[in-house]
Amino acid sequence: MNRHLLSTADLSRDDALLILDTAEQLSQVSDRSIKKLPTLRGRTVVNLFFEDSTRTRISFEAAAKRLSADVINFSAKGSSVSKGESLKDTALTLQAMGADAVVIRHGASGAPHRLANWLDGSVVNAGDGTHEHPTQALLDAFTMRRRLGDLDGRRVTIVGDVLHSRVARSNVHLLHTLGAEVTLVAPPTLVPVAMGEWPCEVSYDFDAVLPKSDVVMMLRVQHERMNASYFPSAREYSRRYGLDPERLGKMPDGAIVMHPGPMNRGMEIAAEVADSERSTIVEQVTNGVTVRMAVLYLLLSGSEPAIGGNQ
Amino acid sequence: MNVARNQARDDGPPAHDGERAVLEAPDINRALTRIAHEILERAKGPEKLLLLGIPTRGTFLARRLADRIEQVEGRPVATGSLDVTMYRDDLRLRPARALGRTDLPEDGVDGRIVVLVDDVLYSGRTVRAALDALNDLGRPKAVRLAVLVDRGHRELPIRADYVGKNLPTSRAETVRVCLAETDQRDAVLLRGGQR
Amino acid sequence: MTYLLKGARVLGGEPKDVLIEGGCITAVGAPGEVDGTGASHVDAGGLIALPGLVDLHTHLREPGREDAETVESGTAAAALGGFTAVHAMANTSPVADTAGVVEQVWRLGQEAGHCDVQPVGAVTAGLLGRQLAELGAMADSAAHVRVFSDDGVCVSDAVLMRRALEYVKAFDGVVAQHAQEPRLTEGAQMNEGSVSGRLGLTGWPAVAEEAIIARDCLLAAHVGSRLHVCHVSTAGSVEIIRWAKSKGWNVTAEVTPHHLLLTDTCAEISPAGSYNPIYKVNPPLRTQADVQALREALADGTIDCVATDHAPHPVEDKETEWPAAAMGMIGLETALSVVQEAMIETGLLDWAGVADRMSARPARIGRLSGHGRRLRAGAPANLTLVDPSVRWAVDPGGFASKSRNTPYQGMTLPGRVVATFLRGRPTVLEGKLT
Repeated sequence: MNRHLLSTADLSRDDALLILDTAEQLSQVSDRSIKKLPTLRGRTVVNLFFEDSTRTRISFEAAAKRLSADVINFSAKGSSVSKGESLKDTALTLQAMGADAVVIRHGASGAPHRLANWLDGSVVNAGDGTHEHPTQALLDAFTMRRRLGDLDGRRVTIVGDVLHSRVARSNVHLLHTLGAEVTLVAPPTLVPVAMGEWPCEVSYDFDAVLPKSDVVMMLRVQHERMNASYFPSAREYSRRYGLDPERLGKMPDGAIVMHPGPMNRGMEIAAEVADSERSTIVEQVTNGVTVRMAVLYLLLSGSEPAIGGNQ
Repeated sequence: MNVARNQARDDGPPAHDGERAVLEAPDINRALTRIAHEILERAKGPEKLLLLGIPTRGTFLARRLADRIEQVEGRPVATGSLDVTMYRDDLRLRPARALGRTDLPEDGVDGRIVVLVDDVLYSGRTVRAALDALNDLGRPKAVRLAVLVDRGHRELPIRADYVGKNLPTSRAETVRVCLAETDQRDAVLLRGGQR
Repeated sequence: MTYLLKGARVLGGEPKDVLIEGGCITAVGAPGEVDGTGASHVDAGGLIALPGLVDLHTHLREPGREDAETVESGTAAAALGGFTAVHAMANTSPVADTAGVVEQVWRLGQEAGHCDVQPVGAVTAGLLGRQLAELGAMADSAAHVRVFSDDGVCVSDAVLMRRALEYVKAFDGVVAQHAQEPRLTEGAQMNEGSVSGRLGLTGWPAVAEEAIIARDCLLAAHVGSRLHVCHVSTAGSVEIIRWAKSKGWNVTAEVTPHHLLLTDTCAEISPAGSYNPIYKVNPPLRTQADVQALREALADGTIDCVATDHAPHPVEDKETEWPAAAMGMIGLETALSVVQEAMIETGLLDWAGVADRMSARPARIGRLSGHGRRLRAGAPANLTLVDPSVRWAVDPGGFASKSRNTPYQGMTLPGRVVATFLRGRPTVLEGKLT
């Protein structure tokens, strides 16, 4: 049966915990002198990246290589894809090459779901348009769990461009599944209409939410939003929704600051905050490899995957 | 979910119909005590010893052996666990499975006399995987193998150094080791097949 | 050729015999009372006779995209769907913005012979929204254009829209507006609501349609002209049109079959998988509340008619990721079945009502005098026979349309067209093209 990781909404609580527990065991591998396991020998993982994202690509590449999988990097730039080859034809090519898993980053929401229709192998969503980025949410949850323990009842505040953020969508589903209480904070222009069915709260008032947050996750503000009247200016955004040292001081003791990167220092997050003790930003990168190893292991090692939704 | 099924196998009820005990709690107790003495004798002291259990029941057996050695020597002996799932050669024959714990001492395995501890020795493939896993973790001075039950039918050139009980079985039979830590009682149970 | 249709239930009423001679209906009477000597007998027992359906909104794609549809294939699909006249939209390549192009399309329709093709003229040259096309020349041409539309794009410039509404008064034309405020729908992919938020697809808000409809109703009233609103898709639009009609303004509106049956949740959950762009259409599929409001509006006459917005696309334009896919669905061969499902089976309309909304009213809006007439002696013999009792599984493989982009594949729908007559000549008999 075809199994994929397309959305964190497809993960049951057991699935999510299994990934995090597996990642916990695998985290030891990065501390060893031989950072390699033979588990996925002979399996082929294709990194199919239609958008530039060096960080995510090398994280998946390191994860696959540590499990001894063969890795093929397929960048859409300069390939037949940029000359108009369709996603379906690319899928058929990868199928013919015997890809056991395809890790896809694509600018179109839902592109991984479409790809999954055309492939026998597993599809891992590495970020699709303004939809989801499931492994980012998993590494965020993993990082939170390491710092704070069990996530049940933890209060997580996600701040920024929720409307266009795949990180926010994936985190809302996953953190809800894991029992955390999520509050989204954004200017009203950057919140989707009809949020009623999302399992989270929405607030426009960052300062009111801060003292009740165990985790504050800052989202990157894309430059193209700045000239599209979502907010008057970068300065005003920063003043109302940026995390500066003063706001950091209002957070409870032990609360942590997260950012999926890359950061706009001085915009959504002040440099002092990004570099503070409470910041987990560097850990998030390390944990990214571990969590992606866990996902690839659980999808690819057995005769059938242990996690993930059916297409 | 597939993994839940695996766990159900490990944590199964203490007794099935048609099972008979080939070892009871006192037998297991005596066997472990004897193995502990043999390990100690051959290693000429506990200093370099590292008892590494293979999860799940091997880990408990390693801990019991360590307790006995400590009682004799008055000094603690290093223990840990070594999950070999990622090194198994039968991963693709079954659904993906959850990982067990790997716990090693701070200073690793280099220069240690590692005693791998497992509940049942059968094909030898688990031990093969454990040797590969150890190889990626460092360079022990020596590696030895202790098992509670050796049921025969080896498929690889592997032999245990310390055996609680040699149990002639047919391939059609199942051997199940129950330990109080997970199964409410100590016993080795044999089921099925024709003797 | 003369035909005697035996036992047809005209508009769903008591069985009648209908005699067709010389392109006209010459007699309608109780079974056995009409003299059919020398006529071919057609057993119409259990079948419903409707006036030939009229579509105000069809994309035939010719000239320009003959890979998706041609006048020949599109009108064959229309005949199989029970239509005797279709309005061919202007967004072809070249655009139907001159007398030459509309006459070419009209002539291709005549040659194909499956149904009448009434070209729609573009409102603005090249559909570019900058200056009016030569509306009068198209009206005076052999194609006798009366409906003008930039469909596919909105005439968003208020001044240009006002001028167009005024100008077509000279020849009793009507401007059919594709109501879509362009700035509010930049990059829009689907209805803006909870589903678009979850799927991360750019929203197409209802207000972008409603704002234009409200403006255009006011403009039409101000200049005293006729306005027709294409593919109304929201409950709010219905309210505005109801208000405009209550003022006595000359506003008409259409709804597509798909907006009467499907909702935006299809993008998320469907047998065809999530994000399947077979459900991508413009205006987008809306919510269940909108569907309900549209059905009620069609039933009470606020919405005048059903129009298919038949929009053929080749397979490769739909077998893509959602944002890259073309917008639109084919509908000629399923329209009547979907209307039966949405309106008849729910008790909102009877067959006389369907005849009114799918034939009489669209013919009147398009000023087609030979279509949409009552089925009685003296009327042109444009009619279709429908078996309402069968249910069929939709399989686009059997469609006459060159394209396969139907959202109903695999669904079971009620009612099938058995025969269609165009001015006394059968275009479809026993469910097959003649």
